[in-house]
Amino acid sequence: MRDFDYVRPATISEALVAAAEPGSAYLAGGTNLLDLMKGGVTSPERIVDITRLPELNRIETLDDGGLRIGALVRNADLAHDPAFAKAYPAVAEALLSGASAQLRNAATAGGNLLQRTRCSYFYDTASACNRREPGSGCSALGGENRLHAILGWSDACIATHPSDFCVPLVALDAVVEIEGKQGRRHVTLEEFHRLPGDTPQRETVLEPGELIVAIRLPAEAASFAAHARYLKMRERTSYAFAVVSAAAALTVRDGKIRAARLALGGVAAKPWRARAAEAVLLGADADEAAFVRAADAALADASPPGDNAFKIELARRIVVRTLMSALAGTPALMPALPASPFSSLPGVRHDA
Amino acid sequence: MTSKTTIPVHLDINGQHHTLELEPRVTLLDALRDRLGLTGTKKGCDHGQCGACTVHVDGERVLACLTLAAQAEGRAITTIEGLAREGEPHPVQTAFLERDAFQCGYCTPGQIMSAVACIREGHAGSDEEIREYMAGNLCRCGAYPHIVAAVRQAALEAAS
Ligand SMILES: Cc1cc2nc3c(=O)[nH]c(=O)nc-3n(C[C@H](O)[C@H](O)[C@H](O)COP(=O)(O)OP(=O)(O)OC[C@H]3O[C@@H](n4cnc5c(N)ncnc54)[C@H](O)[C@@H]3O)c2cc1C
Ligand code: SF4
Ligand code: FES
Ligand code: FES
Repeated sequence: MRDFDYVRPATISEALVAAAEPGSAYLAGGTNLLDLMKGGVTSPERIVDITRLPELNRIETLDDGGLRIGALVRNADLAHDPAFAKAYPAVAEALLSGASAQLRNAATAGGNLLQRTRCSYFYDTASACNRREPGSGCSALGGENRLHAILGWSDACIATHPSDFCVPLVALDAVVEIEGKQGRRHVTLEEFHRLPGDTPQRETVLEPGELIVAIRLPAEAASFAAHARYLKMRERTSYAFAVVSAAAALTVRDGKIRAARLALGGVAAKPWRARAAEAVLLGADADEAAFVRAADAALADASPPGDNAFKIELARRIVVRTLMSALAGTPALMPALPASPFSSLPGVRHDA
Repeated sequence: MTSKTTIPVHLDINGQHHTLELEPRVTLLDALRDRLGLTGTKKGCDHGQCGACTVHVDGERVLACLTLAAQAEGRAITTIEGLAREGEPHPVQTAFLERDAFQCGYCTPGQIMSAVACIREGHAGSDEEIREYMAGNLCRCGAYPHIVAAVRQAALEAAS
């Protein structure tokens, strides 16, 4: 790891000043940044350790019934907060399906949004990679690309965004609260991550030096609590990134779908909100036939850039299965294997 | 290498206070092993993937390889060397011995630190739950069935 200057600001304004210097990076849990720095994938000149900013550490209910999650709230603390898990069960389930207990104890809400792709060529500084080094080419096109994107990719980059947390968040209309020298602004999570286009190195709308201070969920997000699930297909039962995942949230009355939210993970460079599928579901009978039509709509624009055509059919099936699970109802107890299609003992315990 | 200077870092490890002069890039794992001679905490992958470097910071399990020493300043750090009380091994250490929960032993300090936290968190209620909540600790020797048995035994003892 290249050495760097280390600063530990005590206030948000001090942090913004410190990070205004070119070559600066914020350090939260460090679980992604330090890993990338060890490999020389990124080499900041100055590390601004934000972990001692108490203002960013809170979960607050807003006057309008919404929720505000401070950027430094740790993944484990959020998932195991009983009130949070009850109101937003799919988000808690997604968090608990990610990484390991040790990593979730360090990883923060803000850092989770900004984690970089797991494309192995991005990590290997000897390989061409447009995302790491603009203009150098994309080694994954024509390389090892079984796990790469099927939606929203470009010839410049076919990487996916690896976060689980972001998938139910984008389905539930989460908003990112950002602070910069110009003051505070709010961006929907749907607009926060960018598709690669010709500039895969520009991954989000965040400007250099800007700080995520919080993530907001609107009041409506809690209205889905009785019918909200996250399902994650992995190459092993646990402790692996998603091959494909989905978050579904429904409101059902008299057998009809009154409101529907659907998002996919592991399929694109951003958490993928499936709005066309939601339109298919709205007003439809709540049954498998409607879910199959929704899955077809969600994947209508999908195409494989390489050896990953299987992910399209897999995603369709995961969408149907997640919607069926959401319709069946959020389990009273968190499954022992959160988000796993192979959870054999549903509701062994609810620890969240 | 650039010519950055060292910084003083105050670390509270197993109840003892240490002041080190460190380059900011030094991880908690390297500080423990290379500077303080506390080699019980192991370096497996150095990339957050294996759990061999698991320690407790303010009572919670984290990975020392993905934590800067400077980040841990002022926090109470516990390593495998700090688990025993008055010469008596910790009940989880005893359970690992009794259940023969290791072969080469390289992953074991991380497994034990993780297991102590897993039980304290209340995540050792069934074998399935233990497997899920211990998933961040890999064992190349494949001692998993005995590890689960040891965690289960220690959890039952803690509950009684
Ligand atoms: C072995 C392993 C397995 C994993 N498995 C999964 C998984 O299954 N699912 C999953 O979703 N994730 C997984 N992760 C990723 C993990 O969730 C992320 O590393 C973590 O969420 C990042 O959070 P952090 O606080 O540690 O971020 P850091 O590493 O501290 O920071 C990440 C990036 O965000 C920036 N940053 C952080 N906070 C802010 C802020 N408030 N404002 C502006 N910039 C900021 C940093 O500068 C850096 O660029 C895994 C990681 C590892 C190592
Ligand atoms: S897919 Fe993207 S991240 Fe991977 S090598 Fe190509 S440009 Fe780099
Ligand atoms: S050495 Fe830290 S997780 Fe492997
Ligand atoms: S006992 Fe050898 S790696 Fe676990």
